[in-house]
Amino acid sequence: MTAPLSIAGREFGSRLLLGTGGFDRLQTLGEAIGAAHCELVTVAMRRVDAAAPGSVLDVISECGVEVLPNTAGCFTARDAVLTAQLAREALHTDWVKLEVIGDERTLLPDAPELLLAAEQLVDDGFVVLPYTNDDPVLARRLEDAGCAVVMPLGSPIGSGMGIANPANLTLIVEQAGVPVILDAGVGTASDAALAMELGCDGVLCASAISRAADPVAMAEAIRHAIHAGVLARGAGRIARRTHARASSPPQGVAEFAE
Amino acid sequence: MIYVNGQPTEIPDAPTIDDVLRSVDIDPATAGIAVAVDAEVARRGVWPTRTVPDGARVEIVRAVQGG
Repeated sequence: MTAPLSIAGREFGSRLLLGTGGFDRLQTLGEAIGAAHCELVTVAMRRVDAAAPGSVLDVISECGVEVLPNTAGCFTARDAVLTAQLAREALHTDWVKLEVIGDERTLLPDAPELLLAAEQLVDDGFVVLPYTNDDPVLARRLEDAGCAVVMPLGSPIGSGMGIANPANLTLIVEQAGVPVILDAGVGTASDAALAMELGCDGVLCASAISRAADPVAMAEAIRHAIHAGVLARGAGRIARRTHARASSPPQGVAEFAE
Repeated sequence: MIYVNGQPTEIPDAPTIDDVLRSVDIDPATAGIAVAVDAEVARRGVWPTRTVPDGARVEIVRAVQGG
């Protein structure tokens, strides 16, 4: 067993948060939630469509996990705050995964709008989990604004490029007084393991699981990778060297006849 | 004219938010939905009584897969 993840005074046994986007079928989502052993799953808020089949909330409820609404699709602080407030009304939670996007092509966060939205939502009583750039200064500003965690990207949403800048992620981890959850960019289990080895407190995955050839198997793989990464972080990796260091003793090597 | 999720909708007689929901076949008792009128959240408790002015933009949202 590893220590629980503590967010805003609540403890979670799982360090994997699952995004529900991208699953072809709700049944697969339910099975992936089971395989991930996650406790928090994200949803987006969109206009009601009476023709839409099934309800993601029913699946989440049947799995016994908690819903974490996001503000995906918002490009301004105003829209993100309003979307969070609508989510609070609809879902009876004051937790929000805050996303304020600056660019459709990269889906990278808009830093000034993100910080403004975070400040307003904290003032309004929300527990704010902001999706942010891998920028240590912005992460510190979000923490100072009262965010419950910081969620730096590894690389752009859905890109599967893993952790593009491990040095920045390390800086964020070193300074953070709140949990650091890697959000976005994970492509496979080793990316999640690396996040934990670098000192992250958790990982949020959506596409890496939902768009894998076998989402349920990938959910299980990433769950194990996170566990392995936590253990490896605690075990303390060896320092990197530029040349070899033998692990077998140099003395006593047999000398054979010519 | 009231704009319900972007669609111009004729609803006579100074409708309440409940009336607007019913006009687009949404039962106001539906769990998991929320409403904004002109970029302000309307709490569920006011739906039966708050009237929606002509020209208002009503957004009705719910949770979907995402993120």
